[in-house]
Amino acid sequence: MKQKHAKLLRFLILTAGAAMMIYPLLWLIGATFRTNTELFSSAGILPQHPVTDGWAAVWKAYGGQINLLAAMKNTYLLAIPKVLLTLVSITLTAYGFARFQFAGRRLLTALLFSTVFLPQTVLYVPQYLLFNRLGWIDSPHYLPLIVPAALAGETVLVVMLMQFIRSIPRSYDDASRLDGCNSLQTLWYVLVPQLRPVLISCGVLQLLWTVNDYMGPLLYVRTPSRYPLSVFVKLSMDADSGFAWNRVLAVCCIAMLPQIAVYFAAQRFMTPETGGVKE
Amino acid sequence: MQGKNKRAGFWYRNRHILYIMPWLLGFLVFQAFPMLYSFCCGFTDFHLFRGVHTVGTMNYARIFTDGEVLRAVWLTLKFALISVPLKLLTALAAALLLTKQLRGIRIYRTLYYLPSILGGSVAASVLWKAMFRDHGTVNALLAAVHLPEISWLAEPDAALWVIILLRVWEFGSPMLMFLAALREIPQDLTDAAYLDGANAWQCLVRVRLPMISPVLYYNAMLAFCAALQEFSAPFVITDGGPRGGTTLLSLLLYRSAFTANEMGYASALAWVLFLISAVCSGLFLLLRKKLVFLPDEEET
Repeated sequence: MKQKHAKLLRFLILTAGAAMMIYPLLWLIGATFRTNTELFSSAGILPQHPVTDGWAAVWKAYGGQINLLAAMKNTYLLAIPKVLLTLVSITLTAYGFARFQFAGRRLLTALLFSTVFLPQTVLYVPQYLLFNRLGWIDSPHYLPLIVPAALAGETVLVVMLMQFIRSIPRSYDDASRLDGCNSLQTLWYVLVPQLRPVLISCGVLQLLWTVNDYMGPLLYVRTPSRYPLSVFVKLSMDADSGFAWNRVLAVCCIAMLPQIAVYFAAQRFMTPETGGVKE
Repeated sequence: MQGKNKRAGFWYRNRHILYIMPWLLGFLVFQAFPMLYSFCCGFTDFHLFRGVHTVGTMNYARIFTDGEVLRAVWLTLKFALISVPLKLLTALAAALLLTKQLRGIRIYRTLYYLPSILGGSVAASVLWKAMFRDHGTVNALLAAVHLPEISWLAEPDAALWVIILLRVWEFGSPMLMFLAALREIPQDLTDAAYLDGANAWQCLVRVRLPMISPVLYYNAMLAFCAALQEFSAPFVITDGGPRGGTTLLSLLLYRSAFTANEMGYASALAWVLFLISAVCSGLFLLLRKKLVFLPDEEET
């Protein structure tokens, strides 16, 4: 009897928690269908007089230079190369640290670990001065955003990958070496297949961070036609929140969709240890 | 083997250098060099459009006597010290609730996790701004349960809480790591505790929490580091206001560097933020032995 009560209590708490977690998102969807006068009048989710003018204006361009679709395209032009280059560079680096003994390894490992906790905010001003000197500000290929990541700049992912490589027995490496693999072939044919779930997790995390990143594009992207989604969402809020909140919120709705899609697509590959969901 | 090594020469014997080269290069060019360069800049009045003169320690003197900076430091620490424990405790509570088998547990887990993939986005900040307006949704909810309305975005203290709530809302990522760690605790450990007469609370505090303390510690450190550099939420939701109530250090840094173009002063400010986060990391490392339970001490 007592156990049954405990189970019911747990169920009630979980449900109340879930309702609180999901309420803002449901409100967001409902609010996009409200008139701007009705929008803030009640805490309910369903609109009383549904309208679609917010959604109809969602593709409107700003200054004829940037619209939602172009901003999404820009985001992926930035994010896809960044994610792929990140995966290559973190795999090589983590392999080098996890599988080789060399002089100075302890010092370099300590440096690697300490950069995990070095706030990116600290680096913005110094890096800006460097990129300014290099002429990379407002680069059409988003160089200031992509190149540091392509050189294993996300050391938290390197550390994560290192832990997983260390958990793979070295006897696999030895066996492949006896079969004639060189160290790069060992990495590619023996380790990478076993690391696939972790690599997918790393890729998804980097993708989400890149799509969500706001300060980077704010500093390094100046031409409106190259704005990614995060800057575009802020722009549309500044432009329209005075009188067309439902349109702003519809933009937010669409801006959130790709992340949700990526999450559900990658979900079955990800492991709980890496902050993703498995089964 | 010996002969092959000799023939293959330097690059074969030192092939690890090639593997860690991407990171080493990135570290030297994009982290170490800019940090050193900005250390030097911190002693100049480098203005993006006016040139450079050496000013000695004037920038640092200005930082430590400027009430605005000191307030930003205090607000940043306050934000981190409230939001991190709140977020981790929520994540822990949710993880503990989700460890037991229950019908539909996967749906709950997905719902709890969902905000953490959206929370960092500008869209979520815009949503928060809409919900916490005066005469907005949150106040309508408060009114529905007969609580007094709060002008969330007009009161400095309340505005900081708006941002804290946004960050607590996205507790999904630590929750999943706690969940994975809780599942790895061997069943016989908890069974033994119950046999010795422990109740559920004692079992949690004495057995399960120590067992997952490495994961707790790691997440606390990561979350604290992320909190120290919070930028987009205060920038989008409140723009540092009201009356400077959410002007965190990163916001101040952004303004002095990219609105006022005072790169020298901003470099000094960046170094102050660097030292603050270094001291915080150092404190964490000092407390590691106290906070983390390691059955057999091993090198990390």
